[in-house]
Amino acid sequence: MSQATLAIRRISGHAGAAPGKDVERDEIVCKLIDTTTCIGCKACEVACLEWNGYTFTDTVFDNSYQTMPSTAWNYWNLIKFNEHEREDGSITLLMRKDQCMHCADPGCLAACPADGAIVQYTNGIVDFQQQNCIGCGYCVSGCPFDIPKFNPTTKKMFKCTLCVDRVAEGLEPACIKSCPTGCLHFGTKEDMKDLAETRAKQLRENYGIKDAGVYDPAGVDGTGVIYVLHDVNNPEAYGGLPKNPHVPWTVRIWKGPAKWIGNLAMLGGILGVTLHYLRYGPKEIDAEKHEGEKP
Amino acid sequence: MSTTHVVSSDRALDDKHGHILRYTFSERVHHWLGSLFYIYCLITGLAFWSPYMYWLAALVGGGPAARFWHPWFGLGFTASMIWMYLMWKRDMQITEADRRWSESMEYYIKNDDEKLPPVGRFNYGQKLFFWLMFFGVLLLLISGIGLWFVEDIPWSLRWLRYLSVFVHVVAALATIGGFIIHVYMGTAMVRGGFTSIIRGEVSRVWAKTHHRLWYEQVTGDRSREK
Repeated sequence: MSQATLAIRRISGHAGAAPGKDVERDEIVCKLIDTTTCIGCKACEVACLEWNGYTFTDTVFDNSYQTMPSTAWNYWNLIKFNEHEREDGSITLLMRKDQCMHCADPGCLAACPADGAIVQYTNGIVDFQQQNCIGCGYCVSGCPFDIPKFNPTTKKMFKCTLCVDRVAEGLEPACIKSCPTGCLHFGTKEDMKDLAETRAKQLRENYGIKDAGVYDPAGVDGTGVIYVLHDVNNPEAYGGLPKNPHVPWTVRIWKGPAKWIGNLAMLGGILGVTLHYLRYGPKEIDAEKHEGEKP
Repeated sequence: MSTTHVVSSDRALDDKHGHILRYTFSERVHHWLGSLFYIYCLITGLAFWSPYMYWLAALVGGGPAARFWHPWFGLGFTASMIWMYLMWKRDMQITEADRRWSESMEYYIKNDDEKLPPVGRFNYGQKLFFWLMFFGVLLLLISGIGLWFVEDIPWSLRWLRYLSVFVHVVAALATIGGFIIHVYMGTAMVRGGFTSIIRGEVSRVWAKTHHRLWYEQVTGDRSREK
């Protein structure tokens, strides 16, 4: 929500290009989450609430460490706990910090009809501008990660901002600052990708975790939040992290060819009836033929 | 000749002006209620459809207001559509006469109406429009509920979320196509049609020209058979 200090790359529901597009360039920022060193302490959940001014809401106990089933409009950051059976039959707990992924190709922004309700800054952060949001929920349909959430009181959508207000001032996001194990890192996308790959290599070579790898899905042109996973081939095991996320094809068609075909069809319809009127005119009753008849 | 003209065989009404009652008060009210709901949904829907038409939302109080009322007006349109269905479902059945008429539709388009076979209270085009709106509303309602309560669709059934946005716009575009033709024909093309849906009456000549079978039914005219 600090649009004034950051240049914008993409803007939702906007007729024409984003104002100021390409005037400024910026480093793409990135959050790295190393799930192999996360201890599930939930300090990031608390820090997120504190910085963003929300209070704890009722939590749900479901015989696990899970705070609640999913993120909420006032709870943007949630560790997902998943019991996972290893190949040898032993049980491990997979813990993944779930929040907005800040896709380079954001489906929420593509689906949004409200001018300026969703912006992507030149640093890659995807941010909701609630003053422009109409609360339609199209972003929910466009998101491949189930992130945007509706506040029924204000009728606006909310999600993680990647603490854009902190980042704009040169600070790291609140969750990063609070992490006691250092499993969270923040920096440029390039540096974080490098660090993640180094860590994955270390896990493969020094710890014998042969499938360790980096989750930075290409289907959405990469994300502003990347994970190091023990098993990069099975992200679904980490609380439903999609293996190959992409903007839904119905949203692509709807916002792409359907828009052009639909607009041309509507214009064609109006043009068609106009031309019909000019060519054939109205259907009037032939007065002469019916002369003498009772009107 | 003291006559009693009827709109449809079961609704009788006295004719005082030598005119025939084409639409009852109830039919007119429901047509215009439906049009109010539809036009609201059209304006706001077009605003959500394209950034180049987002300004339309300003006409009805801005984006958030448009978003708030759009589904409710949609429900209103569904209700009036159900009412119209109950009023008109018998009159809207496609008959053998309609099939003959549809084969000569070219003459209707070219205003060569003399070459057309006679039709009943509604012609084939009107019936098509009715069923287009009927099934269009059905799709818009189902997909609209999906859009309205999108967060309540479980993540495991997320394809329903994706399908809803698509079905909603496709169904909406189909009804818009019908709507453009409907408004054009009702106001500009078929003279007398617009007043009939406002005041309910048409002249005998109008009824005879455009809906001969219906005219014969309501007046008991058998002159064509002689």
